[in-house]
Amino acid sequence: MSEDVFIVGAGIHPFGRTPGLSGLQQGVFAVRQALERAGLEWRDVQFAFGGSDAAGNADTMVSELGLTGIPFINVANGCATGGSAMFGAYSTIKSGEFDLGLAVGFDKHPRGSFSPLPADWGLPAWYGETGLMLTTQFFAMKIQRYMSLHGITPHTLGAVAEKAFANGVLADHAWRREAVDIDTVLQSQMVSDPLTKFMFCSPGEGAVALLLASGRKARELGLPAVRLRAAAVRTRPTGSFEVFSPALDLDRGGSPTGLASQAAYEMAGVGPEDIDIAQLQDTEVGAEIMHMAENGFCADGEQTAWIAEGRTRIDGTLPVNTDGGCLPAASRSGLRGFARSMRIMSS
Amino acid sequence: MPDTLPVPIADDLVCSDSGGIALLASRERATGRICFPARPESDARYDRVVLPRTGRLWSWTVQRFRPKSPPYAGPDAFEPYAVGYVELDGALIVEGRLVDAAFDDLEIGMAMRIVPLPFLLADGSLRTSFGFAPDRGADI
Repeated sequence: MSEDVFIVGAGIHPFGRTPGLSGLQQGVFAVRQALERAGLEWRDVQFAFGGSDAAGNADTMVSELGLTGIPFINVANGCATGGSAMFGAYSTIKSGEFDLGLAVGFDKHPRGSFSPLPADWGLPAWYGETGLMLTTQFFAMKIQRYMSLHGITPHTLGAVAEKAFANGVLADHAWRREAVDIDTVLQSQMVSDPLTKFMFCSPGEGAVALLLASGRKARELGLPAVRLRAAAVRTRPTGSFEVFSPALDLDRGGSPTGLASQAAYEMAGVGPEDIDIAQLQDTEVGAEIMHMAENGFCADGEQTAWIAEGRTRIDGTLPVNTDGGCLPAASRSGLRGFARSMRIMSS
Repeated sequence: MPDTLPVPIADDLVCSDSGGIALLASRERATGRICFPARPESDARYDRVVLPRTGRLWSWTVQRFRPKSPPYAGPDAFEPYAVGYVELDGALIVEGRLVDAAFDDLEIGMAMRIVPLPFLLADGSLRTSFGFAPDRGADI
């Protein structure tokens, strides 16, 4: 019999640019806030998973938080680092090994696009040298193909961005807190067709920390707790279209998001029709649109009607990315994924 | 490579004959799955194959800012360029630069063919890469 898992505390360092504070220090800020809100001490924490993409080793936080000797596992999983840290903490508690643990993600990205090195991705040097290795190109070509197959127009892309910025206005931790209307989105600088500047997130900074506890521990602490009914992580299956792919299979297949969401639904014993609110990966607006279908909320192509009808707005039937998601809140690879859990809790 | 083309930008990437250039790929013996770039020839699990030279545009975008260096090795001076995936007939969907077409004319489904792409490195040397151009003969 596996243990139930609860989130008993959460902390967040606001997103954006924070000169003078390292990514690690922002991570420590989030951990301390989570502990304080839960009325816990660092010595109560039995284990930790954490990481960043570009801001250092999470386990060195023990120098600031306290040398209690706990296992602190560094996670390095690109944009899935935060979600993977949460998966590690969730699985550890579920196994019964420990009762109270931490998942923390933080980042401090340089400005501009990422500059990945082909060898780190198992790719030949020419792929980067000739200007094919850009995340922005991938995002653009995935939604371009999807729009062609399913009749989605740039207007729908613009409406998703407009919604994101409108939600960001309401979120204390968001970086950009000004509304941006659809005309401004559509007329802003084209970055990679069909995606304009305001359809992308900007690499930024910030941190999120979650404290996870077993059911027994949560009851003992008597804290308000959110039950985490499922956490699943998957990688790309045959026939998927994911970032940095010099070639794709002719036989088109599923996606890692589809596999992971299916696994999570099965673990939780629910289906997409039971979900009341969703925080979806949205590095750019195309990802949010495609992930609506990959998570089973709508069929491919139904996004046009859903978005026109405002169903994913904060007052809609299925609010999506209620704090605005990555567009106003900034991309922080190391904490993406579970920033979403945090956002649900604070929504 | 013929004398008229500069040295390829990488080994085991392209081959050429009187019909032009083509991409090298590998077919997994156990499954028949084709993969590109080609695996090392020493890998006994794969056979070396040459990909078809023609196909259809599968998706595209335009790179409108100069990529960061590294990894980008092109010159400092920058002009936007088109990038796409081309579904090579019956084989594989391959990513590459799109040339010889105005951005406004790019359309998913248009006929394309592989062409050699002279690529100027930042150090001034010229290499042969590959790109895809509209296959105007095929659409007539």
